[in-house]
Amino acid sequence: MNASDTPRIPGVTDGETAPWFAEPWQAKAFAMTVSLHAAGVFSWTDWAEALSTRLHGATALPDGASSAAHMAQYYAAWLDALEEMTTRTGLTDPALLAETTETWQRAALATPHGTPIRFEAGLTDHG
Amino acid sequence: MPHDHPHDHSELDDMTARVMALETLLTRKGIVESAALDEIIETYETRVGPRNGAAVVARAWTDPEFRDWLERDATAAIGSMGFTGRQGEHMMAVFNTPERHNMVVCTLCSCYPWSVLGMPPVWYKSMPYRARAVREPRAVLAEFGVTLPEETAVRVWDSTAEMRYLVIPMRPDGTEGMSVDALAGLVTRDSMIGTGLALAPEAA
Repeated sequence: MNASDTPRIPGVTDGETAPWFAEPWQAKAFAMTVSLHAAGVFSWTDWAEALSTRLHGATALPDGASSAAHMAQYYAAWLDALEEMTTRTGLTDPALLAETTETWQRAALATPHGTPIRFEAGLTDHG
Repeated sequence: MPHDHPHDHSELDDMTARVMALETLLTRKGIVESAALDEIIETYETRVGPRNGAAVVARAWTDPEFRDWLERDATAAIGSMGFTGRQGEHMMAVFNTPERHNMVVCTLCSCYPWSVLGMPPVWYKSMPYRARAVREPRAVLAEFGVTLPEETAVRVWDSTAEMRYLVIPMRPDGTEGMSVDALAGLVTRDSMIGTGLALAPEAA
């Protein structure tokens, strides 16, 4: 059996108190999903299916990749699935998501470091 | 985004910006509230965790009636202790014996009994664990430092969105007369997923 057949399991020695989210966006994406499910926007079964499809489409990380790298990959799939579910249910659409993301990025660039970023700061005249 | 600029402004990485965009749009629709999101995060980070499951296991070890209830209807038995799932999932308790060791995976994604174990650890969600747990459970157990006797069969349970499993590890020897709380201290998260065993009293 070669190494790619038996990729080592990451984070085995992290312990029970290891953080559940490596970065705040992961926690927020998780919370939005729980919240949308609670609001009846989608069933957990449909959610699990969307997430599963994304996870299975992900490329295997190299052996020895850090726990943080595994978490980033997992929640990237999670966010893809969440965008897909909110699009499928008519709450968002890809163009609007892209535009709003860009607005936030423009807002950040227009905001001095250390100052809270306001969405309005990223709006352009036609936005 | 260009990276040759001076660092006199803020910058958002793509993932953060995408999440903020989604939150902006969903909040605008009134379908999510930022304060409610913070509360969900707070709940999962501080109030839900494997100590809930440990309390269930310790009670099962000491209260035969509860143990039977857990075996018959784990959803209700666990719910009676105040631990209920938010995803409408059913719970099943699987009991380790000298003849059979139980281990849980979600090959599909990362279905996990949140109400009793909190959020799944990195390894549970990882591709290597999901891919290997069913195929070669003993090799996986070895990576967790667990070696079972040859005669112990390993049963792997594959979770779904509708059905989640809680492994009830075997009560360690030498724990007669210990209080329920002290027993719960021997129950590790991994022992309730089946990638570990309950701790011996001297190791706790």
